[in-house]
Amino acid sequence: MTRIDLDNMDSVQFDVLKELGNIGAGNATTALAKLINAKIDMKVPKVELLGFSDIAKVMGSEETVMVGILLMLEGDVNGMMMFLLEVESARNLVGKLMGIETNSDDEGKEFDSIQLSALNEIGNIITGAYLSALSDLTRLKIISSVPSLQIDMAAAILSIPAIEFSKIGDKVLLIETRFDDETAIDGYFILIPELESYDVILNSLGV
Amino acid sequence: MGEVIKVGMADLKVCKYPDSLTTLGLGSCVGVALYDKATKVTGLAHIMLPDSTAIKNNSNIAKFADTGIDETIRLMVAMGATKGRIVAKIAGGANMFHSGLSSASSTLKVGENNVAACKKKLAELRIPIIAEDTGLDYGRTVVIRSEDGVFTIKSIGKPLKEI
Repeated sequence: MTRIDLDNMDSVQFDVLKELGNIGAGNATTALAKLINAKIDMKVPKVELLGFSDIAKVMGSEETVMVGILLMLEGDVNGMMMFLLEVESARNLVGKLMGIETNSDDEGKEFDSIQLSALNEIGNIITGAYLSALSDLTRLKIISSVPSLQIDMAAAILSIPAIEFSKIGDKVLLIETRFDDETAIDGYFILIPELESYDVILNSLGV
Repeated sequence: MGEVIKVGMADLKVCKYPDSLTTLGLGSCVGVALYDKATKVTGLAHIMLPDSTAIKNNSNIAKFADTGIDETIRLMVAMGATKGRIVAKIAGGANMFHSGLSSASSTLKVGENNVAACKKKLAELRIPIIAEDTGLDYGRTVVIRSEDGVFTIKSIGKPLKEI
């Protein structure tokens, strides 16, 4: 049993987690590109161990308004996964999906209920794609909850994963993947398995 | 105008007039602001978890309601505050997400538990809570002013609140 220690992870464990992020996000990006019928580039994923005060800075600042979609995971892997989008990107994405132009006048305006349910559906499709790739690769059963959406300050949204990690230490492990296309869709996937589930995942891949 | 000192997640700070303390984007965490009117000594703790005794790795005392509040008061007294005069204002502890999975409820209800733990600890110390803005489902940026102990709360799409 590879008891994973977040403060002393070896490079193999790091690389495996990075590759997981790569495959999951790759599949999700493909699903998203199909959905809006556009080419989307995915950045090389980053696996980072961050202090609590640094996690919101990854997204800009603590007060950057983000759309957060959270899914709880059960089955062989317990934990949560989060998909984060900057509000402007979310607006672009919804505009593309619904075939309407978004203009800068919409800035600061709230999403209406149709736009919100479109966002929820986008979240559903791409997190589903991410998790099914993960599940295929590891041959582990991963059951996810209905996604829950929230639009708020980055730090407030990230407090949920941060609190989960705070039970075991003072750092957060982010498997983060950014993607964007020519019309600025910046988003992040964050996979947050419980500590025991890291072992399950790494074991399933023979690490 | 004094300096506005930032308090991070699982962090605590104290200050004197004319400075202020702030913590940005409280979600399910709780911001416990403590104030001694006579000396204007002010403290702010950003609490992430209810109970240090329930966690094995509990060396970061600022993280927990019980140890975090104790430590903030200790530092305030060291700065000249009188414990018997300290009052509290609390904010945060939101339930940021809702989920259908039963196993998720304890994880997602952490905001409620944090608020309850802070109240319990403050009651034990006989520190009155004179104002609060807790629960619901949105994030809060808070500032506690040493000048008059006013606690301002800023949320997305909501008017600025002073309590």
